[in-house]
Amino acid sequence: MTLATDIALKPKDFATDQDPRWCPGCGDYAILAAVQRALAKQGVPPHEIATIAGIGCSSRFPYYMATYGFHTIHGRAPAVATGLKVARPDLQVWVATGDGDSLSIGGNHFIHMLRRNVDLKVLLFNNRIYGLTKGQYSPTSELGKKTKSSPQGSVDNPFLPMSLAVGAEGSFLGRSIDVDAKTLADVLAAAAAHKGTALVEILQNCNIFNDGAWDHLSSKEFRADQTILLEHGKPMIFGANRDKGIRLRGLRPEVVTIGEGGVTLDDLWIHDAHDEDPTRAFLLSRMEYPQFPVPVGVLRSVQRPVYDALVNAQVAEQRAAKKANLQGLLNGRSTWLVA
Amino acid sequence: MTASATSAKPREVRDSVVIRFAGDSGDGIQLTGSQFSAASALAGNDTATFPDYPAEIRAPTGTLAGVSGFQLHFASRDILTPGDRADVLVVMNPAALAANRKWLKPNGILIANADAFQAKNLRMAGYAENPLEDGSLADYQLFQIDLSRLTNDALQGYGLSAKEVERCKNYFALGLVFWLFERNGDLVEDEIRRKFATKPLLLEANLKVFHAGWDYGENTELFALRYGVPAAQDIAPGTYRSIAGNEAVALGLVAAAHKAGLELFYGSYPITPASDILHTFAGLKEYGVRTFQAEDEIAAICAAIGAAYGNQLAVTGTSGPGIALKSEAMGLAVMTELPLVIVNVQRGGPSTGLPTKTEQADLLQVLYGRNGESPLPVLAARSAGDAFDTAFEAARIAIKYRVPVVLLTDGAIANGAEPWKIPDVDSLPTIDPNLLDDAAKLDGQPLLPYLREPETLARPWIKLGTPGLEHRIGGIEKWEKTGHISYDPQNHHNMVKARQAKVDAIAAEISPTELAGAAQGDVLVLTWGSPYGAALTAVRELQAQGRAVSHANLRWLNPLPPDLRAILQKFRVVLVPEINNGQLVKVLRAAYALDIQQYNRISGQPLTVAELRDAIVAVLPH
Repeated sequence: MTLATDIALKPKDFATDQDPRWCPGCGDYAILAAVQRALAKQGVPPHEIATIAGIGCSSRFPYYMATYGFHTIHGRAPAVATGLKVARPDLQVWVATGDGDSLSIGGNHFIHMLRRNVDLKVLLFNNRIYGLTKGQYSPTSELGKKTKSSPQGSVDNPFLPMSLAVGAEGSFLGRSIDVDAKTLADVLAAAAAHKGTALVEILQNCNIFNDGAWDHLSSKEFRADQTILLEHGKPMIFGANRDKGIRLRGLRPEVVTIGEGGVTLDDLWIHDAHDEDPTRAFLLSRMEYPQFPVPVGVLRSVQRPVYDALVNAQVAEQRAAKKANLQGLLNGRSTWLVA
Repeated sequence: MTASATSAKPREVRDSVVIRFAGDSGDGIQLTGSQFSAASALAGNDTATFPDYPAEIRAPTGTLAGVSGFQLHFASRDILTPGDRADVLVVMNPAALAANRKWLKPNGILIANADAFQAKNLRMAGYAENPLEDGSLADYQLFQIDLSRLTNDALQGYGLSAKEVERCKNYFALGLVFWLFERNGDLVEDEIRRKFATKPLLLEANLKVFHAGWDYGENTELFALRYGVPAAQDIAPGTYRSIAGNEAVALGLVAAAHKAGLELFYGSYPITPASDILHTFAGLKEYGVRTFQAEDEIAAICAAIGAAYGNQLAVTGTSGPGIALKSEAMGLAVMTELPLVIVNVQRGGPSTGLPTKTEQADLLQVLYGRNGESPLPVLAARSAGDAFDTAFEAARIAIKYRVPVVLLTDGAIANGAEPWKIPDVDSLPTIDPNLLDDAAKLDGQPLLPYLREPETLARPWIKLGTPGLEHRIGGIEKWEKTGHISYDPQNHHNMVKARQAKVDAIAAEISPTELAGAAQGDVLVLTWGSPYGAALTAVRELQAQGRAVSHANLRWLNPLPPDLRAILQKFRVVLVPEINNGQLVKVLRAAYALDIQQYNRISGQPLTVAELRDAIVAVLPH
């Protein structure tokens, strides 16, 4: 019944007849297109995929995906998706969520999904603002940000989503910018292939309420100098001239220029996405503008037991070990007869 | 074995006995009580139990806060309640006496562990003088037993520590009361062998102490009589077992899943008094049960909703505070019209309230406690055994009508055990999940996820993973039929009406209301939930005195039975006793505009037969 082996899937096979209701110019359009391309390339047909979302602009995502889909309630997509994945491990389950949805109202479900390592592909649209409610600061908005609900500047210290995810035992952490189609495609492909919770933070522009929030990273002018594309097993090099790199001094990363002060390629931090120890992933998650280039690509990808697989394995083991006998179950340990 | 040996002492036959065990929560009172009730059930008695335990797991030893009680009613006739007051009270320390003396009938048998009535314990229980010695217990038949010393004497030479010896003393007390009431000890001995299978020394010690308790009754001059409660004769034939409400709920749902050919998903967060449902399900994986111990109540129901979307029989269970947290997600299940069973084991509220005590004050919460027009069916179990049938029915309705269903029980039903006539699995109805599982079934028509069945108004339950049936659902208002997002004003009106009409249509499923007594008269006592037993007992007693009193109990609270209005109108007075401030009575007054009377006591304890008899007499014509 799988079509993939016979007929190549196209991105439009994943598009519905519903017109997206995002604002013109929203970064979500690029993300939708990238996901549809990634799914077509992956080759799993639409009926074997479910897309689950919470509430927010990004959470409209399921309506535009020709898969099974569920637009749930604010913050709860990871919980709904967990139940679905446990019940239906045969489906590939994607979660679309935003910074308010998963880091504020749904923070609890977000961390517990990560620690359990449920086999879910999670798209975290981070635009550092509440868009659907028209412009309040979010848990990723920078300190001092002026919004409708913070006219003198926000006094809420923000989360770094990737740091939170490392602390929550995340097994796969990826990051891309909405307009960086190449990196986004690569990260989505890696996330799709990962067994366990694959979290992809997408730095997304809200052109209405927080326009340009990521310009320092996304514009062609700055991208090469202010982001660093992580590649497993390779030295961490960045810059328009590919002459800068990251060196680790103990547990302290620093920016160095290759060829200056005796620095060679051999001195650079070699990215190991599969390092079981989360310490370096945490260091990567702390690399922030302007002190450091912001890492994009796959920050961490390690294998550890997957929740839904463990649950279903226990069910299979018990079924193999014991014979289900409903009448015996109802009878219990001791009965008596009334004649 | 001594426990089946005949006795040289005279016996007195009693029709029924209520015995209450009380001690520190570490004294094994619940275990002692449940073993006595199991032995009584095996002896052919009808039984009903009421565990009355503290919220604290191990409050400081000897304090009032730490007192745990277990009341058992066993009889040679059909009984419906654990009894208002005890014929026999067994107390392990002064605090247990102080907390439970009020439950002992005048001239009742009081068995006290005299060793524990020391200065420190007396002080903690608030006694200035030792009540065993100051004459204040003259109204009772007092038996002072040095349980600790006698247990210690029985275990001379076993090499056990003082603490280990102390832990055996509840078996001495159990052996003594087994002798006193002619119970067969085989079951207790089997249980001791099972429990201490890996600790042969403790196994032998506990058996020794249990026998010593029995022999003490037989050989000392203290007890002149034994009491016999013969097997009940008026119980319907069949195979019986003892069951508590929480286990019955779990078994009813597993049976429903089996009859529907579905796997079962249970999402829950630990909460008193509902956690035993989670524990039971966790041990039933070979029946296709998956349990999800969630990070919170919200995740528990949301995961269940995800599993319902994935075509499993989805269940979430909790108590009142958990329902408060689940409310938004209950609305999502209403909106997405997915099958879901929501179990609420009610406890005392509001807020944290009385976690280990019983109450019925969540009825209005489950009926109305959500944003928007959010109707859902509500059923209530009346007893532990009835919880099986009610749970099965809740699941059947959820699946047939594609609707979240609330099943109400309460702390008394959840933990109280009663004999249960085991149903024959083959006799349970088959449930057709009627999944839309093949695009060919659409006959070339477009998929309409909100197309309604004419009779039930149910929408299709679409098998996920089926090619050509991909569709999207969610919490935003739906277009009729297509299920697409809609903000159309008239469509919203129509959908609000459709969701209500679907719940109303379930009334067709409700069997005629059963009346105990005549179809007309002076008073109809109308109950829901756990007051059923006490109310029916009180009504039977008054009927025996020739009073024109009848009783009915409601399993269905939404929708209400279609015949109910006509029944209520046939009585001069309708009296609704509830362990709340008058919730069903509000619903009935609003539904029927009838003048209905209420009786309420909200103390965390079950309603008693005596108080209901008084309440009925108060509204009878003089």
